Amino acid sequence: MTVIGFLIPVSLFLGGLGLAAFIWSLRADQYIDLEGDQHRALFGEHDDHPAGEGASKQD
Amino acid sequence: MPLDRSPAEPIELLLPTLKCGGCIAGVERALCAVEGVRAARVNLSNKRVRVDPEAGGADIDQLIAALARAGHEARPLAAGLPRQVGRDPEGRDLLLRLGVAGFAAMNVMLLSISVWSGAEAATRDLLHWVSALIALPAMAFSGLPFFRSAASALAARRLNMDVPISLAILLSGISSLIETVGQGAHAYFDAGIMLIFFLLIGRYLDHRTRAVAGSAAAELSQLAARSAVEIRPDGTRHSVATETLRQGMRLAVAPGERVPADGLVLAGRSDLDRSLVTGESLPEPIAPGAAIHAGMMNLTGPLEMRVTAVGDGTLLADIARLVEAAERGRGRLDRLADIAARVYAPGVHVIAIAAFAGWLWASGDAGTALGIATAVLIITCPCALGLAVPTVHTMASARLFRSGIFLKDGAELERLAQIDTVAFDKTGTLTDGAPLLRSAPERDAPAWPLAAALARASTHPLAQAIAKAAEERGVAPAPVEDVSEHPGCGVLGRFDGAEIRLGRPDWVTDGEESGDGVFLSISGAAPARFTFSDTLRPDVPETVTALAAMDLKLCLLSGDAAASVADAAGRAGIAHWQARLHPGDKLALLDQMRDQGQKVLMVGDGLNDGPALAAAHASMSPAAAVDVAKAAAGLVFTGKQLGAVGLALRVARAARRRTLECFAIAAVYNAIAIPLAVSGQVTPLIAAAAMSGSSILVVLNALRLRNVA
Repeated sequence: MTVIGFLIPVSLFLGGLGLAAFIWSLRADQYIDLEGDQHRALFGEHDDHPAGEGASKQD
Repeated sequence: MPLDRSPAEPIELLLPTLKCGGCIAGVERALCAVEGVRAARVNLSNKRVRVDPEAGGADIDQLIAALARAGHEARPLAAGLPRQVGRDPEGRDLLLRLGVAGFAAMNVMLLSISVWSGAEAATRDLLHWVSALIALPAMAFSGLPFFRSAASALAARRLNMDVPISLAILLSGISSLIETVGQGAHAYFDAGIMLIFFLLIGRYLDHRTRAVAGSAAAELSQLAARSAVEIRPDGTRHSVATETLRQGMRLAVAPGERVPADGLVLAGRSDLDRSLVTGESLPEPIAPGAAIHAGMMNLTGPLEMRVTAVGDGTLLADIARLVEAAERGRGRLDRLADIAARVYAPGVHVIAIAAFAGWLWASGDAGTALGIATAVLIITCPCALGLAVPTVHTMASARLFRSGIFLKDGAELERLAQIDTVAFDKTGTLTDGAPLLRSAPERDAPAWPLAAALARASTHPLAQAIAKAAEERGVAPAPVEDVSEHPGCGVLGRFDGAEIRLGRPDWVTDGEESGDGVFLSISGAAPARFTFSDTLRPDVPETVTALAAMDLKLCLLSGDAAASVADAAGRAGIAHWQARLHPGDKLALLDQMRDQGQKVLMVGDGLNDGPALAAAHASMSPAAAVDVAKAAAGLVFTGKQLGAVGLALRVARAARRRTLECFAIAAVYNAIAIPLAVSGQVTPLIAAAAMSGSSILVVLNALRLRNVA
């Protein structure tokens, strides 16, 4: 059962990674327009500013 | 945050007509094409677009014009509205706690599965210790909203749902820690943290519903920016904000504008549309000396007025006082969740304490007794109430939102479900304000071409109704010369040397006749007569039939004259009507109905409906209504269809049914689970499975609301 001593930290680390990613996405304002984002996923143009920073002008 | 931050302030615009995802790209492309725009980003959830201009770049009018060319309506954000409500710090805080609880629940659950599948002795203790290490800090952090709410309820010597919730969380933490230290088998870390996870989902949904609906309603009520034109003593004219108006100021009111303040007419003749203020549908001619009120629409001629009252002395302030008084008198609502909580919270506490005392007496072991009491609290924890009610409200308000109906809060939905009577206002609610020709001379009568020619020259709504009717009948206007409009009277012209007049009966006949409608005379000969009625909203009869089929009593309460109210009621199919009601009369009628035990839904749009809307059990108002009405109403609907009223009632009733079903599910579940828990049969595994199972069941049940048609 010593393998547990190894597996528990690994699983906690992976879970923590997920939590950190969630907190990052929350701070990056990715949840402020869920309704719009579900449509944007289908646009032909590439949207490289998923946060609230705007579709920049294509120069 | 971007490094190349724009030097200019971002501009926010409202996009009230934005509907589909496809419009997002159109709006952003149109805005990005404007010179001086760095970036534009649409937020579909709250129907706004944020534009980042370059320094000294595009201004707000340019942007609105560009959007108009692309076919999108845009409005500037009124002053005083919170900017970027989408950022919503409270919602973000709840999401963060939800994320932490979710993380902890998943990991603790993983560890717990190892325990349940047979880990023993040192391994089990290790797993328990790791669980404690994850769960206890997460409980402290994520449970904070519940602890706070419970503490404030207890400080006020009340019991709310959060008291048993907090107790269950605390007890599960403490008793599991004791169990872990004592190397026991029954730790409830997983159940405790999962409880928080589920309940936080409910809390977050509840918050989102209120935030979205609240901001939509707030925007609707502040669309018009207001200013007035002051005439200074030296004769010059200046635009001033209505807040700065003072008693005695001279103001100019152009045709097509609303009267900015209460006052007296000094000069000019015109017709006033008073429908939003008094509910009268037909315009009233006015002359110098007449008293006019803020909110009335000047139709035909320019007016000069003196402001006689501002602030407390105005009609608006009188109405606002009535609204306030009516709101105080409005019956308190016993919310379903509150009723359930009142029975539930003490019941759960009594059972848990009894289980603790019973086991302490029977086994003499405080640890076992505490474990059993914890199991009781966890298994009875009000997931159905904490999760079902917010889910139902979220689904219901999303369903209404899709049809352009904004719900201010969940309580209004519960009020709406109890309605047994619907009271309509007439002008602007049943009718859409434009008059409709009811009777007129024959199609071939010589009056028609003349009337058509004169009517085209005026912006008066009755004249426009005649012009429209002439077009529909295919009447070609006669070549009338010297057409001139006499505001407050009618239109004058010359045809074949004869003077012809179209207008008020007493003006056309030089005082020989009076009454309703519009007369047309040729050189003083016997006049032709046109009469009018209101145009009903397109789906009024169907809506009335549908509402009657829902066993609702209907009535029409109007400030308009008896004849036109009777006519509108007849066409709509409403048997009970009352006319010539002042705002206070409507309020008194509603109070009377309430005293008779009726639960009334008031639907109205005018200033005169404000008090009645506030006093009614539930209330709705169209988006075109005056601010006072929209502020007083619990729901606001957009669009021309009155069917919104029927839809709102159906959704509210379905929501009530779903909520009660969820309570029933919870009751059955508790009836099975409580005896098991009290008798000590519930292991942590059963507690976790039962809690998730019942939560998922109530949520699935609530989701069925999507399909209400």
